[in-house]
Amino acid sequence: MSTSSSLSFGSLMRRPETGSFLGLAAVFLFFTAFGGTNFASPTGAASWLNVAAQLGIVAIPIGLLMIAGELDISIGSIIPAGSMTCAIISGHFGLPIIVGVGAALALGAFIGLINGLLVIRTAVPSFIVTLGTLFAVAGMTLGFSVLVTGTTSVAIKVPEAKWLLGDFIGGIYQVTIFWWIAAVIFWTFFLHASRFGNWIFAMGGDKVSARNAGIPTDRVTIMLFVCSGMSAAFVGLSQAILYNSAQVSAGQSYIFNSIISVVVGGVLLTGGYGSVFGIVLGTLTFAVVSQGIYFTGFDANWASLIIGVLLLGAVLMNNTFRKMALSYAPKKAGK
Amino acid sequence: MAFDMGATILSLQGVNKSFGPIDVLHDINLEIRAGEVLCLLGDNGAGKSTVIRLLSGVHKPSSGTITMDGKPLNFASPREAADHGIATVHQFGGTFPLMSIGRSFFVGREPVRWVGPFKVYDRKTANDIAVKAVQNFGITRIEDGDRLVGGLSGGERQALAIARAVHFGARVLILDEPTAALGVKQATHVLRIVNEAKRRGLAVIFITHQVMHAMAVGDHFAVLIRGAIASDFKKGEKTREEITDLMAGGASMATLEAEIESNMAGHDA
Repeated sequence: MSTSSSLSFGSLMRRPETGSFLGLAAVFLFFTAFGGTNFASPTGAASWLNVAAQLGIVAIPIGLLMIAGELDISIGSIIPAGSMTCAIISGHFGLPIIVGVGAALALGAFIGLINGLLVIRTAVPSFIVTLGTLFAVAGMTLGFSVLVTGTTSVAIKVPEAKWLLGDFIGGIYQVTIFWWIAAVIFWTFFLHASRFGNWIFAMGGDKVSARNAGIPTDRVTIMLFVCSGMSAAFVGLSQAILYNSAQVSAGQSYIFNSIISVVVGGVLLTGGYGSVFGIVLGTLTFAVVSQGIYFTGFDANWASLIIGVLLLGAVLMNNTFRKMALSYAPKKAGK
Repeated sequence: MAFDMGATILSLQGVNKSFGPIDVLHDINLEIRAGEVLCLLGDNGAGKSTVIRLLSGVHKPSSGTITMDGKPLNFASPREAADHGIATVHQFGGTFPLMSIGRSFFVGREPVRWVGPFKVYDRKTANDIAVKAVQNFGITRIEDGDRLVGGLSGGERQALAIARAVHFGARVLILDEPTAALGVKQATHVLRIVNEAKRRGLAVIFITHQVMHAMAVGDHFAVLIRGAIASDFKKGEKTREEITDLMAGGASMATLEAEIESNMAGHDA
């Protein structure tokens, strides 16, 4: 009965990603107008697609956590931790790259597991729990790096793995873009087509009712934290392989950037509402603004102003669209 | 689903409940029968919520027994109680305002179909079943399962929650103040749905402090005062005034008014 109406203009207006789509279109047009032809050229597109891909891989699991009513800011130090783990094992000690990659992912999963366990056992808000692990992991990364290698920056040369994890395709497009596309497909299925997705929305709507309905809320929460930890570690290790070196402090900007992408993408901060496609649009919007500024004649310092205004605008617009979705009722005969 | 009308489903015998040193319920005896509405009346703090929590598996009694179909109850969680057919619907009904009708109806029990090697949430089946279940309770305005629950009226949300409970095999329906937040017209809708549930042979426990609403659907009434059953009577045995007086703490409303007036007079003097 709803197949015809699901394609109508009205139903499009009620989707969580409508606001972020309009936002992306606006900034894209803006930078195409002021950035000249370079901005939309293949080289120009590569500059913001590369940024979007790295950010996007962490932004989606962060967005899912937010839909489930949680937050994870520890990714800010899991990214450099993953980077350093991979570089120390496969660069400094020269072990096979598969060991370095495996160890980095395992570390990300382990930190995620700790986050998840702390959140469900202590009932402390996940913002505080992950703020704690953010600092703890940052300190451990710095401490271990200096202890083991005597430096805060480690070189890693793994030509055999570059094609898969850290190369430029056609000289400009990072291979990470394909990993991002794969992640988008996986998470879209997970959130919108599988049963788990429904559980995540229900948990964000009302955790107690979700548990009473038989959803294993603890397990789902832990799993989501493990996924965000692993995704962050993946971004870290792919950066190390791409740039042939790892630094102990190269991830703090991801905390806010991912939250901005997710919120601009239409996810409700308090949980229960959002979409993977919206998060993708939010990530692209962020990347277009932060990179597009270099194509214009403006001083790059203004980019943060645009992002700030965009964030506020997106939240207001998303609120409006959500209200429209809530108040929607199909018209009776004669529509 | 066939129900044995009038058969006792739930029974409470000499149930006490205390939290530490505080006694909340004293010697509660109740019978809940199929096809009957038991109205649990009482002022705020009288112990109504505790009775619900005992029946829905949140708490266990300190002493006394609760039996279901003659067997002692021992639920570890609300989920287990729901699996045994005891469903609780709270004041605001649909608790997932930003989910679609179909999705919230099937939370935790999503229908799936196979698409190649993948199990995929079956939106169409979910929407169709949810809409049909609500329409069967007389809410014909709900036609689109993609609508968000938050866009429904209070009465429609209650209907959705009750329809959901019935669909998943509830035999005992605990309605916690379903009409408290509703206007007159919406409340009438909910009362009609309660009657429909009763007609289908469910045992309904209707918690309220609105005597009018209780009298409209109740077969059996129990008034709770400070954790004890002050009065237990059947339909038609008491008038509305008598019930209101009971709820106000036993003292008749008229006496209370007289007292207030004499107090006021005392102050004036």
